[in-house]
Amino acid sequence: MTLRFVLNGHEVETEATSTDVSLLTWLRARGLTGTKEGCAEGECGACAVAMLRTDVHGRTRFEAVNGCLVPLSAVHGRTVVTVEGVANPDGTLHPVQTAMVNAGGSQCGYCTPGFVVSLFCEYYRPGRTSVDLESIGGNLCRCTGYRPILDVARALPSPEATDPTLAVLESAVPPEARVEPSSRTSRFARPTELDEAFRLLEAHPEATLISGGTDLMVVANAASAPTEKETTWLSLTAIAELRRFEVTDEAVVIGAGLPLADLEELLPEKAPGAVPLLEQLLPLFSSRLIRNRATLGGNLGTASPIGDSPPVLLALDARVGLASKAGRREVPLATFFLDYRKTLLERGELITHVVIPRPVPALQRFYKVSKRVLDDISTVAAAFALDLTRDHRVAHLRIAYGGVAATPLRALAVEDRAYGQPWTRATLEALLPLVERLGTPMTDMRGSAAYRRAMLSKLLEKFFHDTAPAAKAAE
Amino acid sequence: MSGEVGKARPHESAVGHVTGAARYVDDLWPVTGRVAHAWPVVSPHAHARVVDIDVIAAKRDPAVLAVLTAADVPGVNDVGAARRDEPLFPSEVSHLGQAVAWVIAETEDAAKTGASRVSVRYEPLPAILSIEQAIEAGAYLTEPARMRRGDPKQALRTSPHRLEGELFIGGQEHFYLETQAALAFRDEDGGYFVHSSTQHPSETQEICARVLGVQKHSVTVQCVRMGGAFGGKEVQANGWAAVAVIAAAKLGRPVRVRLNRRQDMTMTGKRHPFLARFAAGYDGTGKLLALEAALYSDGGWCLDLSAPVLERALFHSDNCYFVPDVEVVGTVCRTHHQSHTAFRGFGGPQGMLVIEEVMDRVARSLGLPPHVVRQRNFYREGNETHYGQVVRDAARIDRLWKELAESSELTLRWEAVRAFNATSPHVKRGLAATPVKFGISFTTAFFNQAGALVLIYKDGSVQVNHGGTEMGQGLHTKMLQIAADALGLPAEAVRIMPTRTDKVPNTSATAASAGSDLNGAAVRAACSTLRERLAEVAAVHFRTTPDAITFADGRVYPTGDPSSSITFEAIVSEAYLARVSLSSTGYYRTPELHFDRASGKGKPFHYFSYGASVSEVEVDGFTGQYRLLRTDILHDVGDSLSPLVDRGQVEGGFVQGVGWLTTEELVWNAQGALATAGASTYKLPTAFECPADLRVRFLARAAEPGVVHGSKAVGEPPLMLAISVREALRDAVASFGDDGITELACPATPEAVFWSIERVRERSVVKQAASWGE
Repeated sequence: MTLRFVLNGHEVETEATSTDVSLLTWLRARGLTGTKEGCAEGECGACAVAMLRTDVHGRTRFEAVNGCLVPLSAVHGRTVVTVEGVANPDGTLHPVQTAMVNAGGSQCGYCTPGFVVSLFCEYYRPGRTSVDLESIGGNLCRCTGYRPILDVARALPSPEATDPTLAVLESAVPPEARVEPSSRTSRFARPTELDEAFRLLEAHPEATLISGGTDLMVVANAASAPTEKETTWLSLTAIAELRRFEVTDEAVVIGAGLPLADLEELLPEKAPGAVPLLEQLLPLFSSRLIRNRATLGGNLGTASPIGDSPPVLLALDARVGLASKAGRREVPLATFFLDYRKTLLERGELITHVVIPRPVPALQRFYKVSKRVLDDISTVAAAFALDLTRDHRVAHLRIAYGGVAATPLRALAVEDRAYGQPWTRATLEALLPLVERLGTPMTDMRGSAAYRRAMLSKLLEKFFHDTAPAAKAAE
Repeated sequence: MSGEVGKARPHESAVGHVTGAARYVDDLWPVTGRVAHAWPVVSPHAHARVVDIDVIAAKRDPAVLAVLTAADVPGVNDVGAARRDEPLFPSEVSHLGQAVAWVIAETEDAAKTGASRVSVRYEPLPAILSIEQAIEAGAYLTEPARMRRGDPKQALRTSPHRLEGELFIGGQEHFYLETQAALAFRDEDGGYFVHSSTQHPSETQEICARVLGVQKHSVTVQCVRMGGAFGGKEVQANGWAAVAVIAAAKLGRPVRVRLNRRQDMTMTGKRHPFLARFAAGYDGTGKLLALEAALYSDGGWCLDLSAPVLERALFHSDNCYFVPDVEVVGTVCRTHHQSHTAFRGFGGPQGMLVIEEVMDRVARSLGLPPHVVRQRNFYREGNETHYGQVVRDAARIDRLWKELAESSELTLRWEAVRAFNATSPHVKRGLAATPVKFGISFTTAFFNQAGALVLIYKDGSVQVNHGGTEMGQGLHTKMLQIAADALGLPAEAVRIMPTRTDKVPNTSATAASAGSDLNGAAVRAACSTLRERLAEVAAVHFRTTPDAITFADGRVYPTGDPSSSITFEAIVSEAYLARVSLSSTGYYRTPELHFDRASGKGKPFHYFSYGASVSEVEVDGFTGQYRLLRTDILHDVGDSLSPLVDRGQVEGGFVQGVGWLTTEELVWNAQGALATAGASTYKLPTAFECPADLRVRFLARAAEPGVVHGSKAVGEPPLMLAISVREALRDAVASFGDDGITELACPATPEAVFWSIERVRERSVVKQAASWGE
C-alpha cells in the first residue's frame, strides 16, 4: 500500500516497506540526513523527530519520538517534523536553534539535531509555564556535559504570537489512519477497531503485536540480517478503546495502548495521589522520548523480567484485561507471567487494559536500582504497598521485584509472614531471611547475582526505613 | 586587531549543527550515485585460526558485488600504524567481533544478508582475557618502561609509615555519537579520494596507500568534521577507510563503510583498563617519601598506541605531587580484547588515578582529611618531576588550590558534611578536592609540528587550510579567530576548509590537546607572511613603510590614520595587479622537546596545564546509588583563545571523566564478548548525572608564554577533574564505617559503591566488637 504523510510541511507518498524499516532509515536514505543514528536502541535520542498528535486534553501538540523506533508504516497519515523542518519558513533560525547556537549547546553537533527537536517540542508544549527538563532526558550528548543545553532549556522563551507554527497547533489532527496489510512477505497492518484486529490475527496467526514499538524495533534494528520469513506486525495504536483512562471509586482503568507519557499527565490531574506507585514509577521509566510511545500493554506483553511496570502493578494487585475473538476476560496480573518472556496470552488474544483496584494501600514505594538514575534499564526494581492497622500491624502488604528471576516476582511468603505483625524492626529482621531466599538472581552486565540478591533485602529495609517514620507520625 | 581572539564565539559550525545541514561522512552516500555498501563477517571467537571462508552462498545473490578477503588486497594486508601487527583480513582472529571478510553489495540490507551467508570455519585457540591472565602467561606487547628518581626501595624501608595496594582501573568506551565511517571513490585517472571520519587524515592516507600498494600521492583523504572522536579515531579510523578504498579500487564504484553502534563497540578499542600495584612510604604528616608503582595496561590484541599511552600514564603518576624517591614501571599486556587505544587523557588519567588512590589511603590511614594531605605534597617552585622536567609555574598549583578552596568553601563544607553524616545513618555525603597537572605535547617529539595553507582570493575572502581536524572541540573556531585577527578581518571573511591531505601534507594527528597550539601557530605564521606582503603593497599605496600599516576590521590604513583607510579587498586587488603571491604556507614546531627512553629522563612537555575541582556527592547506603550535588572547578586555560569553546571543553571533559569513573562499565564475558556493546547496557551520563550545581571558572592572570596568544591546551586536562567525584564517593562510603582506608572499585558503579559500603560497615562492626571485648 502507499503510505502518505506530511513531512516538514510537504505531503509525501512512499510505498510500504518491510516492517523493520524505521522512519530514521527511510529519512536518511532520502537525503534527510540531519536526523542521526547514534544507537538504534532508543537510548541516545540523536534520531528524535517531532510528530503531531492530539494530546489527552484534545489539544494538538508536537511530541518527540525516537525515529529509530518508529516503523515507517506507522507514520502513515501523520505529520512529521525533522530537524530540517525546525527553522522558520524564511530560513531564519528557530528560537530554539538560536539559543543552542549562542549558548555553545553544540560541539561535535551529532546529537544536536535530536536535542533541537526535543526542545522544539517542549517549546510548543501546550500550557507550558516552566520547562520540563525530562523533555531532554532521552538525549545523550558526549561533548558538552549538558550544562549549556540545560541553560537553553531553562530559559526557553514563549512562542511569539506571529509564530506560524502556532497555526499548525490550532488545527485538529485526524485520528491515526488504518494501514492495510500489504501483500509483501513482511507487512504492517494497523486496524482502527478491535474486531478488525481479531480478524487480522486470524488471517495472520504469525502476527506480532506492536504498540509503541519501543521494544520490538530495538530487536528488529539489532537483527544480523533482514528477515526473510513471513512477518506481520499488527499495530494497535489506532484503536481508541485501548487508550482509555477511567477513574472510579472502585478502580483506575488504564488502556493497554495508552502511551505512558499520557498516563503521566492524566494521573495527577484525574486521580491525584490515587496511585502513588505509578506516579513514582513513570519518571523513572526509561526516558520521555520512549514514554511518548511506550505503553503498559507493551511492557506487560513483552514480559521481560526487568520491565519496570510489572513490579508496580503486581504490588497494586492489578488485573489485566484480555480480549480475543472468543471473548473477554480479566486475570490477576499475579497469574499472567508464566516463564521467561511467556504469558498466559492465548493465540489471537491481546491485552486491552489494566485494572488497579481501589482503594490502594496507604504506603507505597517504587525503587529502581540501575547504573543511571534515568534512561536506564533496571538491575533490580521493587515495589511495595502496605496498609497498617491503627496499632501499626501489617494489614496488607504486597512486595514485588523485577530483575531477580525469569519473571517479575511477588514475595508471597514474605507477605504472608508479615500479616498481622507489628511494623517494627523486629518484624523486618524476621522478614529479611525470607526475602533473601527469593528468586534466582543472575549475573549479567547490569549487575552481579550477589548484588541482586543483596538488593532483595536492602530494598525491603529501605522501604521499612522510608515508611516506619511515617507509621510513627500517624500515631 | 578586530579582537576575534579571546571573544566568546559559538562553534563555527553551530548553525549547521542546529539545522541538521552540517554533513558528516555517512551523510554523503544518499546524495552520491551508485554507492555500494559494506558489511563485515565477524568472528564469534576471541582467538581462533581461520580455517576456511566459504563465500559461494553469499555470492549467489546478484546484489552482492564482492566478498573481500585477503586475496583482494592489492598492497599490504596490514593496517597497523605503530607496528605491522594488524592484518586487515586475518588468518588468525585475535578478538571476538574481529572482521574476517567484508561483503560489498548494492544495498546495506543485501550486504547484511550476504554476510550472514558467508560461512567461516574456525579452529578455536586458547584466549587471554584479562590483565592477570596476561601477566601469568607472560603475554606482553612491550618491554617494561621505567622512570626513576633516587632509591625508592631504601626510602620505603626507612619510611615511618608504609602501605601497599592494588587498583584495577576500568576502561572506557569513546561513544562518539558518530560511529566510524568512510566513503571511498576511485577517480578517472587512478587516484583515490576518501572521506573519512578520522583524527589523522595523513595516517589514513598512508594506510590506504599501503593496502592499495600505491604511492601516497595517489590517495587524498578528507575529513570535513567528526561527530566526536575523543581519541577513538586517532588510529582506529584507518581500517574502515582501508576496506572502503580496497572495495572502491576493485569495483570502480564509491563504497561506503559505516559501523553501527554494536559493531563499533565490538570492533574498536577503548580507554585502556589498567592494573596498578603500588607501595608508598610516608611520614606522620602525610608527606610522601617513597613510591613504587607497577602499571599494567590491557593493550588488547595489537600494539596500536598502547606504548605512548602507557608512557603518559607513567609521566602522570606524580600528578601534582613531589615524591623524593620514586620508581614507576609500566608494561602493556597482550590480551584477546579489542585493541585499546587513545582516549582523551591518553594514559594520563590512569596514572593520575593511582597517585590519587595513594593520597587518599595515606590520608585515611593517618586520620587526616585527604585534601590536607594532598596540599602538603604539592610540587614547589624548582622541583623536578620524576622524569627530570622542571615543574614550571609549580606555585600555580598552590595558588589555584587556595583560590578554589576559598570559593568553594572547602573547609566549611568539609565540616558540614561530617555534621550531616553524624545524624544520617542511611544517606551519607562525601566531599573531595583533587588537583590536575597535565603535560602538553606529543611525547614523541617529532609529532610536534604543524602546517597551514592560507589562500586569499581577489575579493578579499580567505580560505584557511590547516592540518588539524574538527571533532567538536572547536579547533576550527579557534583557527578562524586566529586567522581573522592576523589579517585584520571580520570572521565572516574567513572560511576554514575541510581538512585534506592535498592541502597540508604529512600532518600529525589532532591529539594530545595540541591541536590549537600547533595548528594555531602555523595558521598565524601563514597569515603573518601574507600580511607582510600586503603591508608592502599598502606601504606603496599610502606612501609609508610596511611596519606603519594597520589591518583591522576588514580595512587597511596607515597606523593612527583610520580615516584614510581602504578595504582589505582593495589592497588585495592592488597586490594581485602588482603580481604579489596571495597564498602562503605556515609552519610551526614546538621548541626544546626531548626525552630519552633509556634513561627515562628529559623534557617531554612544552608546559603543564593545571586545574582543580571540589565535588560533593550523596550516597544511598541501601543500594549504593548516588547523586552529584555540586562541583566547583578552577581551571588554567592560559589566556583563553575562545572562552565559550574552552568552557565547553572543561565542562564536557569533566562530565566525560565522571562517566568513566562512575556509570560507564565495560563488561566482557567469559568467552571474551563485550557484554556492554550498546547504549542500553553501557551507560554514559545523561543530563541528570551531572552535578546539580556546577561552577566553572578559569584561572586569572595565567598567560602562557611561548604559546599562540598566551593560550593553553584544554582538550584533555579537564577530564581528570572528575577524579574529585570518585574521591567524594569514597569519602561518603568511608563515613558509613570508621573513616579508615576505603577501597572502592573503578568505575564506582552503584554496585561497586554498595560493596564498598558493605566492607567498611563490616570492618567497623568487627572493630567495635573487638573494642567491646577489651
